[in-house]
Amino acid sequence: MGIRFVLLVNKQGQTRLAQYYAEHLTLDERRALEGEIVRKCLARTEQQCSFVEHRNYKIVYRRYASLFFLVGVDNDEQMEYTYCGSFTHGRSKQFSSVIAYVAMGAVVDVIAYVNELAILEFIHLFVETMDRHFGNVCELDIMFHLEKAHFMLEEMVMNGCIVETSKSNILAPIQLMEKAS
Amino acid sequence: MADGVVRSKKTQNKTVARPRTALLTPFLSSNPCPDLDLCPRFSLSESRRSSSSRVAGVEDEGRTLEDFSAALAMNPFSSGTRLRDMIKAIRACKTAAEERAVVRKECAAIRSSISENDQDYSHRNIAKLMFIHMLGYPTHFGQMECLKLIASAGFPEKRIGYLGLMLLLDERQEVLMLVTNSLKQDLGHTNQYIVGLALCALGNICSAEMARDLAPEVERLLLTRDPNIKKKAALCSIRIIRKVPDLAENFLSPATSLLKEKHHGVLIAGVQLCTDLCKVSEDASNHLRKNCTEGLVRILKDICNSPYAPEYDIAGITDPFLHIRVLRLLRMLGHGDADTSEYINDILAQVASKTESNKNAGNAILYECVETIMGIEATSGLRVLAINILGRFLSNRDNNIRYVALNMLMKAISVDSQAVQRHRTTILECVKDSDASIRKRALELVFLLVNDTNAKPLTKELVDYLEVSDQDFKGDLTSKICSIIEKFSQEKKWYIDQMVKVLSLAGNYVKDNVWHALIVAISNAPDLQGYSVRSLYKAFQLSSEQVSLVQVTIWCIGEYGEMLVNNVGVLQVEEPMTVTESDAVDVLESCLTHHSTDITTQSMCLIALLKLSSRFPPSSGRVKEIITTHIGSVVLELQQRAIEFNSIIQRHQNIKSSLVERMPVLDESTFISKRAGSSQANISTEKSNQQLPSGASLKLSNGVAKPAASPLVDLLDLSLDDTPVPTSTSNDFLHDLLDVGLTNSSSSGVASASGTDILMDLLSIGTPVQSNTTPENGSSIKGFNDILPIAKPNTATVQVVDLLDGLASNGSHPGAQSPVHPSIIAYQSSTLKITFSFTKQPDKPQVTQIHATFMNLSSEAYTDFIFQAAVPKFIQLHLDPANSNHLPASGNGRITQTFTITNTQHGQKPLAMRIRIAYKVSNQERLEQGQINNFPPGL
Repeated sequence: MGIRFVLLVNKQGQTRLAQYYAEHLTLDERRALEGEIVRKCLARTEQQCSFVEHRNYKIVYRRYASLFFLVGVDNDEQMEYTYCGSFTHGRSKQFSSVIAYVAMGAVVDVIAYVNELAILEFIHLFVETMDRHFGNVCELDIMFHLEKAHFMLEEMVMNGCIVETSKSNILAPIQLMEKAS
Repeated sequence: MADGVVRSKKTQNKTVARPRTALLTPFLSSNPCPDLDLCPRFSLSESRRSSSSRVAGVEDEGRTLEDFSAALAMNPFSSGTRLRDMIKAIRACKTAAEERAVVRKECAAIRSSISENDQDYSHRNIAKLMFIHMLGYPTHFGQMECLKLIASAGFPEKRIGYLGLMLLLDERQEVLMLVTNSLKQDLGHTNQYIVGLALCALGNICSAEMARDLAPEVERLLLTRDPNIKKKAALCSIRIIRKVPDLAENFLSPATSLLKEKHHGVLIAGVQLCTDLCKVSEDASNHLRKNCTEGLVRILKDICNSPYAPEYDIAGITDPFLHIRVLRLLRMLGHGDADTSEYINDILAQVASKTESNKNAGNAILYECVETIMGIEATSGLRVLAINILGRFLSNRDNNIRYVALNMLMKAISVDSQAVQRHRTTILECVKDSDASIRKRALELVFLLVNDTNAKPLTKELVDYLEVSDQDFKGDLTSKICSIIEKFSQEKKWYIDQMVKVLSLAGNYVKDNVWHALIVAISNAPDLQGYSVRSLYKAFQLSSEQVSLVQVTIWCIGEYGEMLVNNVGVLQVEEPMTVTESDAVDVLESCLTHHSTDITTQSMCLIALLKLSSRFPPSSGRVKEIITTHIGSVVLELQQRAIEFNSIIQRHQNIKSSLVERMPVLDESTFISKRAGSSQANISTEKSNQQLPSGASLKLSNGVAKPAASPLVDLLDLSLDDTPVPTSTSNDFLHDLLDVGLTNSSSSGVASASGTDILMDLLSIGTPVQSNTTPENGSSIKGFNDILPIAKPNTATVQVVDLLDGLASNGSHPGAQSPVHPSIIAYQSSTLKITFSFTKQPDKPQVTQIHATFMNLSSEAYTDFIFQAAVPKFIQLHLDPANSNHLPASGNGRITQTFTITNTQHGQKPLAMRIRIAYKVSNQERLEQGQINNFPPGL
């Protein structure tokens, strides 16, 4: 699946940006999850590695000044769950024609994991992109321009997959928008 | 607007409300990992580098909140100053209660603005709601407002509307139904940015139904010329085929043509789409293998050898993200296919050897490349190259790199375990790392590395480390050590030694079943019983705070107390020691009276004391005193035991010694198989009955000649019809039954004045004796027989039984071929209930058949009911078709479906399953999903 959520949290544990992908959490679940993750990550020292396992997520995080960038990905320790349920075949919705679909175990084996180092690099790209746009980006920029931060993220990630990695391509629609207004 | 910021930055030098720290600057000054360094692309003034001058820097360039407001005044989404005001007000809150009050006030204002249908402020309202949503407050009332914005004509309105839609809604909500039409219109819009917005929203939130409706639009957009639309359409297709896998074939040929593009965004999206197509359809992966391998290799070659491309360059490497994606797709195509693997060998070798590993981006590619080499049918030379890269990673200073190396080695173990064994020492060092994430990975890896030859030294290392490890790591470490010890012990003495060590170092973390196993093992090793009780006694003197050590010690002293005192069976390696009878009693007394001892331990103490009073007649006076002090215990369990034991000591000396005889040898194989939850439990019991020496059971006190005794399990499992068997073995098991009987009987068990049978007293059964008692067995047997019907139904609830005799497991039924696993309610919501029942073939412990029953709890019938299940990859799942797809309302009918699961790690990992149920209620699609963790153990 790839990226499950992107979270920006400051040193006090306040959320500054939260975007979930294909993850249906209720408000309470979300608050609880964010709280747990933040407590876990904030307690770690700078020398420790940037990966924390929590529930069924692996969290790749990186700290920039007072802001933590946390990206939750599937934890391959838990193994990616592949839905091998019953699909209807063809376009017919006849349930009787359902064929039991056995897990494509072999295929799943080889792709069911996320490259943690690439996620780190992605975080850095996100920060650099914001930095190019805001010029010396800081926490306040993100707070007061939350929607812009979201627009950038939207250009970079869709449905948990990275879609664009060129900073000028990411920023083009946003700059166009600013010129227009 | 950007101009505004710059201007205010230059002209105004006011005092700062809060120091403004640029995100990137301090990171440079305290960079934790040099590999992740930023290139000198950022010109950073010297004044910002040191923390002392940072304040000055802030003064120079300090932007005040007022500056921000100037900037925000021009922000089209804040229209006026109110968004800034709100954020400022929330920031100023000192307590959570204040914040709640502010948010409540704001929400009220937004609500009234919405109800007044105030068009001018609606985008500002959504921007505010996004902020409030981020803080974790409910914002559902803004959903309709988002739809209105989406339907409006202007781009800014649409943009904020779609953003709000993605943040505030998710696919479960009915509001989503209403958006399909707007999306369809926008997908056909002439403005490419509006099409982009719609694609992005669709890609993030679309449901299966929307996917069906809008798939043709997306297919069409995949063929447009604009790269921005193409890449978004590709990712949107990924979502669509995940939701509706049978649409996959439609996307195959457009996806293939995407791989011929030059634009990196399109390529990366196209490669991901192909990866997903491979996941859902075997045909697709065959097609891609045939037609695209060559193209992918060329892409990889091009980006490897491409000259400097500033837009995509990260640390001297062109677009590592694309690298990684292509490598991953090649892995899927090459997996299990020798021809493709051979074809891509060269390029992999090139990537693996040419990529620089001094920067994070390079390492990310190497990591992916190694994974691909492990995943395909690579040549041995290439594998050596990959393992060497991992070795280099493992010795890296950077913790991130070491972490991924450990991660990767775990997968490499199945490919080449010898190569991984070479790094054993390094890995063992990682177990002792200060970083919890690395420790956890390394421990799991070590666990996989253990084999018969290295088990002893590895265990020693781990046990030594247990002493100094962090408190929060001890639990994991202990359980891993225990399983290594159990799995790889070749001699009993080593096993007992190691267990005693672990118990005394981390007894509080040892799980119950582990020390139960130790007791079973000790009772099965007649020549080591003396040695065990002495080592436990010694260990206890040093660390009496470890609960499970204390419990095992108590049990052993109760059983083998005389071996402790008389130095029976001293091994050559043992140091001689003298323990007097009163020392042994001291241990029990101190445990009993210690403030931190729990009831279970205290109960065990009392039984052990009773046993000692018979083993050490001189001490029995003292034992009686200790027991008497508990007659007034406020804990019912202890009081009852104390009173009953007291009466045994006072009035029933004649039968006491036989009553408290040593436990019969606990049946090891039964215990192990029960623990593993194997279906062979009963079979092995029968087998072992014939093999067991069953020393104690040969002494038939009643003179009734009967075949060799069966262990306690059988006794407890026996129904009344089977009474002849217990009669033959009654004396040997009386003391066990006491445990059962005592806990079950009412507390009024004070001995009656008349000299009637002690068991009758203990159990205080006023009812007439069962008629099927064998007459010549005498009264003690009568009582004994009476226990059975009482004890049996309750055994499951009696904790003590489990603790003292690992064999007396809960209600496994006699006669049944395999243990019956109770049915579970796998899933229950307000609308749906799913029950699982289990059957197992006795000879295949790994395979379980599950019969799922679905029940509709709502008042409307469900149609098109589809159940899907997902399992971790160590489990295999086979679904049979359900008997129907129509589920009548209010539980009036059921759907049943059978599936078979094979747990390849049976006994090591429990079952887990995620489920997803899709159905229609009056033609509206519903989706429920959940995770099942409450499978009965042993499946």
